Amino acid sequence: MTATDQSRAGAAQLGRVVRDPILLAFADEVGAAEAGPVAVEGGRTQWEVGAPDVPTAGPGDVRLVRAPSGVVAFEPAEMTVLVRVGTTVAELDAELRPSGQQVALEGFEPGATVGGVLSVGRSGITRLGHGPVRDTLLQARYVSAEGLLVTAGGPTVKNVTGFDLCRLLVGSLGTIGLLGDVLLRTRPRPQHSGWWCGEADPFALQDQLYRPTSLLWDGTRVWLRLDGYHADVADQAAVAERHGLAACEGPPVLPAGRCSVDPGALRRLDAARREAGGFVAEIGVGIVHGRWDGPRPTPPDHQVRALHRRIRRAFDPTGRLNPGRDPLAASQPITAGQEASR
Amino acid sequence: MRGDAGVVCFPLTTEEVQHCVRIAGRHGRAVVPRGAGTGLAGGAVPKDAPVVVVTTKMQQVEVDRDRRLVWVQPGVINLDLTKQLRPDGFHFAPDPSSQQSCSLGGNVANNSGGPHCLAYGVTSAHVVAIEVVLGDGELTMLGGLDPEPAGYDLRGVFVGSEGCVGIATRIAVRLTPNPPAVATLLADFVEPADAAAAVSAIIAAGVVPAAIEMMDQRITQVVEAFVGAGYPTDAGAILLVEVDGLPGGVAAETALVDEVCRAHRARSVRVAADDEERMLLWKGRKTAFGAVARVKPNYYLHDTVVPRTKLLDVLRQVYEIADRHGIIVMNVFHAGDGNLHPLLVFDAREPGVLDRVHDAGEEIVRASLDAGGVLSGEHGIGLEKQPFMGWQFTTVDLDAQARLRDAFDPDGRCNPAKVLPAGSRCGDLQHLDDSRRRQLLDDGAWV
Ligand SMILES: Cc1cc2nc3c(=O)[nH]c(=O)nc-3n(C[C@H](O)[C@H](O)[C@H](O)COP(=O)(O)OP(=O)(O)OC[C@H]3O[C@@H](n4cnc5c(N)ncnc54)[C@H](O)[C@@H]3O)c2cc1C
Repeated sequence: MTATDQSRAGAAQLGRVVRDPILLAFADEVGAAEAGPVAVEGGRTQWEVGAPDVPTAGPGDVRLVRAPSGVVAFEPAEMTVLVRVGTTVAELDAELRPSGQQVALEGFEPGATVGGVLSVGRSGITRLGHGPVRDTLLQARYVSAEGLLVTAGGPTVKNVTGFDLCRLLVGSLGTIGLLGDVLLRTRPRPQHSGWWCGEADPFALQDQLYRPTSLLWDGTRVWLRLDGYHADVADQAAVAERHGLAACEGPPVLPAGRCSVDPGALRRLDAARREAGGFVAEIGVGIVHGRWDGPRPTPPDHQVRALHRRIRRAFDPTGRLNPGRDPLAASQPITAGQEASR
Repeated sequence: MRGDAGVVCFPLTTEEVQHCVRIAGRHGRAVVPRGAGTGLAGGAVPKDAPVVVVTTKMQQVEVDRDRRLVWVQPGVINLDLTKQLRPDGFHFAPDPSSQQSCSLGGNVANNSGGPHCLAYGVTSAHVVAIEVVLGDGELTMLGGLDPEPAGYDLRGVFVGSEGCVGIATRIAVRLTPNPPAVATLLADFVEPADAAAAVSAIIAAGVVPAAIEMMDQRITQVVEAFVGAGYPTDAGAILLVEVDGLPGGVAAETALVDEVCRAHRARSVRVAADDEERMLLWKGRKTAFGAVARVKPNYYLHDTVVPRTKLLDVLRQVYEIADRHGIIVMNVFHAGDGNLHPLLVFDAREPGVLDRVHDAGEEIVRASLDAGGVLSGEHGIGLEKQPFMGWQFTTVDLDAQARLRDAFDPDGRCNPAKVLPAGSRCGDLQHLDDSRRRQLLDDGAWV
């Protein structure tokens, strides 16, 4: 920056200082590095993710804290909602429902909090149509390892100002900072929504549908969710019915275990594995619930591992934020052998 | 903006990019990635004689229809890709107005948007995986073909990083199916205020159109004289709204947009009767920047975002600011997401005009931030907006961004002069005791 640039911009070199007393109190609770290790507890619905060794009762000398909760501001005409992350996804949804809007966080267990869902970063079964969880986050205000409040992203629906810390936070398991409040993008609720199921080839079906919301497959049967205007859902349902599907109650119960695979591998799955079942796969996405013996994605290369180490050290030099959790260990499939021993 | 390149390289392959970066490193030079050079924030402008790595010759495209994605080298031109996919019923959704000339690598580095990103999302939502040459010449893959690759979303961090964390050498982007039905509406308002209010009302009614673009009277007249798009030249402002998807929704949303515009005193709302009329309506919008050359030889295009409900308020200030500085301003912008693009039109040969253009621009940026907006919606920070970063972010915020950047590029080899202003790093933060911490929370700045 030149000297003139400095003086020009210098007049208001303060940025947007966070004055919200609730966030300040949260920062105080977390404290400076000298206050030692802290872990955040949400609804404990995904507590084990990336933390095989963290005891469920809360790790020994680690202080457990809770993020503040409450919906701060919902602006239907902006299609955004500012929410403190201790709020449950269900509470948030109830708040938005009367206005005909929703956030694309769907299919989580009761009790799951907004902060938990974002920190874990796993999307629900409507990802095919609604996009991943990460795309809902516009701005996050979090408490850093130094106990300071940091703003990532910005308060508008479109923003490319600076490096995208929001992307780093989603799925970071609380190892970058502890989320305080977030601004989320909302979307209109569909006029109509329904499920269809039956035995069918999900790939042939996918090719004939226009942007379905969810397409699940257990190797034999298919479950399809359609959202939209009545006439469109009826038209798409007619396509599904030609493939042998019929209206049904809803999706199947998802088996325990979850892994992320190349969606191309689902298409090439051999007959023996298809028939063996034991899984429910999200077609077009690549999430497999339950057992998976098929090809797995190549593990992150050593450069990616090195980047993880450097990033974590940069944001949390003393390792005090959610110790014991490792984002790199988050995607672990259940194989046939493990399932038998459960 | 004037640049100062050391060496300019035109690699063809990933290996050649690695060589360029390694050789630059051995000679203590920084590297500046460059695509088509259409960026408006100076991100690709070389400073202090770096090695410039230009990707324009990296043009390979491999379509993977089964996975509904395509691998491209970074030099592929945005519109060329869409043209190539079209016969198969797909396209690449981000459609910057510069799409005839900008590269995919530039789109990824700037997280570019375009009119149709309102409903479809900006570039980040369409990028699956990126092969990257890091600042030390090592190669890695960020993201992956599976939906939730283990670890941090480094793919997401790379998108929008303006060439400051590495060079993209192969990119996997999603194919978007072409919508079965499309309707393009032209709504004509006497009062710009009514047009702006209609934008908010459409969104509040629960419709997210594929695009909502707004053009004020000055730009409408200039464009109409240039291409004859069929725009009403006596309108105070026009809205170009597109809805797409399945036919039922398109019919319902067309009716709703029509109704909302009329309720906000639109004089007329016209739905393009056929593809030809539709293309013509869009041609007007997409050639708008070229058309201004008929008024004055130079322009400075700004890019800020404000909350959609503040559009009108900020727009009024934009006119007032430009008038006060004696500069002609025209507005053609992505109204649906509050993304303003005030176009300051001038003749650089006029003495003193550049200072007035810069002063007006700075005031516009300030007004956008005061309305709760952000510095950039799609063009990025580059060199242009570096001095203003401290208006939006605190010292602590900037320090966090610097940590992320430095973790990728510890030796500061990649485009080091861009985005973060000097003084963004404060090492002292790492050794705060509680009283210093409290003080910093209260003041928001390192004192
Ligand atoms: C008339 C006009 C209209 C425009 N309209 C829009 C619009 O509607 N929406 C929009 O978003 N933008 C728009 N732009 C801005 C610009 O076109 C986009 O930012 C575009 O994506 C830049 O692409 P490029 O290939 O020209 O990149 P360049 O200008 O060459 O580079 C831009 C940045 O990307 C980096 N970069 C380039 N390639 C790579 C790579 N392979 N790896 C890493 N970093 C790389 C550079 O270092 C630089 O920081 C417009 C520009 C013009 C001139």
